[in-house]
Amino acid sequence: MATGEHREEEDLTDTGSHGRKATRRLVLGAALGCTAWYGTMLAGAPAALAATQIVGAGSTFDFPFFSKAFYDYTEKHPDVTVNYQSIGSGGGIQQFTAKTVDFGASDVPMNSAELTRAGGPVLQIPITLGGAGVAYNLPGIEKGMHLTREVIADIYLGKITKWNDPAIAKLNPGMKLPDMAITVVHRSDGSGTTYIFTDFLSSVSPEWKSKVGTNKDVQWPAPSSVGGKGNEGVAGLVKQTPGSIGYVELAYLLQNQMTYAQVQNKAGTYVYPSVDTVAAAAATKPDVSSTNFSIVDTSCAQCYPISGYSWVMLYKAPADPTRGKLVKEIMTWLATDAQPIAKTVDYVPLPENVQKTALSVLGEMQ
Amino acid sequence: MTERAMSAAAAAPSGAHARTLRSAERIGSTIFVGALQGSCWLFLLIVGGLAAELIWGARLSLKTFGIGFLWSSQWNPVTEQFGALPFIYGTVVTSVIALVLAAIVGIMSAIYLAEFAPRRLGAYLGLLIELLAAVPSIVYGLWGLFVLAPLVANWIGPGLQDALGFLPFFQGTIYGVNMLTAALILTLMIVPTITAITRDLIIAIPMRMREAALALGATPWETAYKVILPSVTRGIVGACLLAFGRALGETIATTMVIGNRPVISASLFAPGYTIASVIANEFTEATSDLYLSALIELGLILLIVSLIVIGMGRLMVRLFVR
Repeated sequence: MATGEHREEEDLTDTGSHGRKATRRLVLGAALGCTAWYGTMLAGAPAALAATQIVGAGSTFDFPFFSKAFYDYTEKHPDVTVNYQSIGSGGGIQQFTAKTVDFGASDVPMNSAELTRAGGPVLQIPITLGGAGVAYNLPGIEKGMHLTREVIADIYLGKITKWNDPAIAKLNPGMKLPDMAITVVHRSDGSGTTYIFTDFLSSVSPEWKSKVGTNKDVQWPAPSSVGGKGNEGVAGLVKQTPGSIGYVELAYLLQNQMTYAQVQNKAGTYVYPSVDTVAAAAATKPDVSSTNFSIVDTSCAQCYPISGYSWVMLYKAPADPTRGKLVKEIMTWLATDAQPIAKTVDYVPLPENVQKTALSVLGEMQ
Repeated sequence: MTERAMSAAAAAPSGAHARTLRSAERIGSTIFVGALQGSCWLFLLIVGGLAAELIWGARLSLKTFGIGFLWSSQWNPVTEQFGALPFIYGTVVTSVIALVLAAIVGIMSAIYLAEFAPRRLGAYLGLLIELLAAVPSIVYGLWGLFVLAPLVANWIGPGLQDALGFLPFFQGTIYGVNMLTAALILTLMIVPTITAITRDLIIAIPMRMREAALALGATPWETAYKVILPSVTRGIVGACLLAFGRALGETIATTMVIGNRPVISASLFAPGYTIASVIANEFTEATSDLYLSALIELGLILLIVSLIVIGMGRLMVRLFVR
């Protein structure tokens, strides 16, 4: 127990009064420095607060596009800042209903029950597009495996459990598919991407529709399924689990060099998920509205079948007319002139016919 | 303070002066005790308010599913059928495993740091361990997902299966993200609490106890095991309960590595789900009333589970530690 006995003596010799004074001075200096820095920050803050601040909340999916677009908007209009909080679509609808924000954003438009609760007329406009790519991890197999809509549904239903299943092998004659169990990866957090993906599965498989359904989160039927949180969670699981398959949001998929499949669309062509193929799917339905918004499984040669819109909610008659006018201005810009910005962050710009639809809805705003 | 006031009172020439001093002191002590009491009542108020708020928020789910919510394994947001059992199971199993592992490692490392390590090394190691407690849980989660999960899938899992595969806990397909990985991450997160508290407790033991033990012919090991440890058991249990509470409520790190599948499987290599994880995953996008209410009821259950566990810990201390 010699160590214990030495303890007190060493305390005195180690840090003598000189050393301690120096340390104390250092700590004091650091604390003063921090205070000064904090003070300058506070002094600088009021200048930023002088601009009108428009507040929005909702979908995390929209965030990369919104933050880029609103940054550009403030560059052009230094007197306006838009503060968008990506708290999730559910949170966005709640905040919007509670009237704490100027606009809300959601991957799925508010339904009739939610609209009644909003307590006033609500306008919903499509604002950007996304899709879900089907990524996989098979040793030795490159990007571009062919998958049909039915095969994807059967994999997610747990009916196809091996990669060398004849149903998959038939679609990929040149590939040496391994005798490997399929691990089905899905999003564990409620998400718009899951909504689009299950919407797709429901429209191609009656069995999926009756057994599972369409939602931002569902009860996943495949016995070998695991959930990852967020796109990064799903991507991480797919990358490290040989034999896995998972759906990942388009922008994330494109930016992270994943191995993903070509999916057969209703017209019979195999297409990669991309900005163009998702836009092609959207263009087939110019009269999109908040009650009829599904664009999965569309039929055209270049249509990517797993696509969907994201929405912005606005009050038809805003409580503060001047703010309302500003919001209308920003949203008009966002739905039209700002759309090319989407491409820079691998989001899909609205096709022109859909921009027109959005504008006509915005026109109703007072 | 008290002494000085008393002597001042005694030295005071006039009785009136002494009285005012004494009453001033009485007021001071009343305020002091009141503040002490108040801060405890504040906690009661917060916990009570929390419970009330949770019950109120969960009332729809309580009414719809009743007590059956506790043992239903359904979790279907589409048909709005909700049950809590897989989440309770996942939470308790991962936390218990984490606690057992962390207690073993934590107590052993604390004994080493306080009793056997060279002083400087002990100080540095102690600092490092305390630093572990300051790592944000999302960092643990991502590290768990990208480093630990592959490790479990390719090395730890197969190793355990080879050695202990006859037990149901180590059978079946080994997923990287599973209950074991979650338990290991939790272990890492709660070890610092146990180590730091235990080490401080041991350091605080008076030197004469060690001297007495050594004088009686005990080896350093016997001293640590038979004298030091028994005298701090109560404190160690307290540290473990604190750590266990953290494990029960840990959200992001477990969410990243547990696989998020609401099923009950004996195998630790299978994915699971915890209460905190499902709340974190689904709360933001839960838009229907019943769905939200069911998630809030899960929060209520977590509170109750924590209460039961901490109560049991206290009971064990009372029964087994004299």
